[in-house]
Amino acid sequence: MDKPESGADLFKKTREFLEIFRKGEEFTQDLLKENERLRFKIVQLEEEIKAVKKGVDGSPVGELQEALKRAQEEKQALVDRFKEVEAENKDFASKYVEVEEENNNLANLYVASYQLHSTLDFTEVLRILQEIVINLVGSDRFAILLLDEVTNELTAVAAEGMDEKRIKKVKVGEGVIGDVAKTGESYFEHDVEGFKPAHELEPLVCIPLKIKDRIIGVLAIFSLLEQKSKKLNRVDYELFSMLAGHAATALFSSKLYSVSERKLTTIQGFIDLLSGKGK
Amino acid sequence: MAEYNFLVVEDSPTMRQLITFSLKRIRGAKIFEAGNGVEALKKLSENKFNLIVADINMPLMDGLKLLSIVRKDPNHSTVPVIIVTTEGADADKEKGMKLGANAYLPKPIQTNELLKTVRELLKIED
Repeated sequence: MDKPESGADLFKKTREFLEIFRKGEEFTQDLLKENERLRFKIVQLEEEIKAVKKGVDGSPVGELQEALKRAQEEKQALVDRFKEVEAENKDFASKYVEVEEENNNLANLYVASYQLHSTLDFTEVLRILQEIVINLVGSDRFAILLLDEVTNELTAVAAEGMDEKRIKKVKVGEGVIGDVAKTGESYFEHDVEGFKPAHELEPLVCIPLKIKDRIIGVLAIFSLLEQKSKKLNRVDYELFSMLAGHAATALFSSKLYSVSERKLTTIQGFIDLLSGKGK
Repeated sequence: MAEYNFLVVEDSPTMRQLITFSLKRIRGAKIFEAGNGVEALKKLSENKFNLIVADINMPLMDGLKLLSIVRKDPNHSTVPVIIVTTEGADADKEKGMKLGANAYLPKPIQTNELLKTVRELLKIED
């Protein structure tokens, strides 16, 4: 049988119970404080979320996004402009090359024309014409044939790379050379590289030398220099076209001048003879 | 403005005029002309040149002989020389380059090529 509890025991148990109760109260207080702190934290976070949501629709993130969009558009515009300028530069570069080529062509034409009309000596004109064909056209074998309107034959008066005395007379209308003299139309063999002449006097290029519609001769080119043998350039055709007129005029006027000089000398001789100066 | 003295040595008046005409496009260019190597040597004894353009085939003294004399002359040994010739043959080119030519242009010369070469050799801006 249990002994009845003494007053001291009861007091001790009461104190223990009270202690447990006090600790329970403290724990409850702590839980309440933590609960309060967490609630406060939730409110704070909710406000932050609200602020962020507001920022997406207005400032400052929205403004930044707008600025970024504008910057991207500007960048695209600059890239497009850069491409345009680059294309313009390429265009200028190709135009510059064209202008340089044109300058080259004009220089050749100017010099050829200037030289052809720089003298009235027929032999000198022939020499200049040969120089032009060698140096500006780039031919190493060619002949200049003049038309005898009485016999209707073309006779070589100068040649390069061949002996002009060995070149037979060509009747107007005979072969390519005679045909050019007859029609007054230039002849060009366009396949310069693959050109295989059937005979020695088959030209690669044949130009009529004419003053208006009057044909005074032809320039027959039989071959081009090694470094020139691939093709004829635009300047070559322009040179041929220029030579057709200018060389003819220069040759014709120098020939007329030689004849008139000879006549003048003869007349002067007669005058001197008649006036007694020739004695 | 920079001045450039050019010596054009060429027996053909047509070619000489063409080369002279082209070189005049360079600002400050002063052109001296000679019809052969002997005339060129006379001009060289009287002037200083920035560049010489010489034909190979010329009477009295050809371009290669002129080039070898120029390269041995202490007064002109460093002057750039451009050789121009009708021959496209590599032999002439090799001869010229061995003798100290700085560039080689075959006839028919393209004036734009000539100007490009001159500008490169003298480091002249377009």
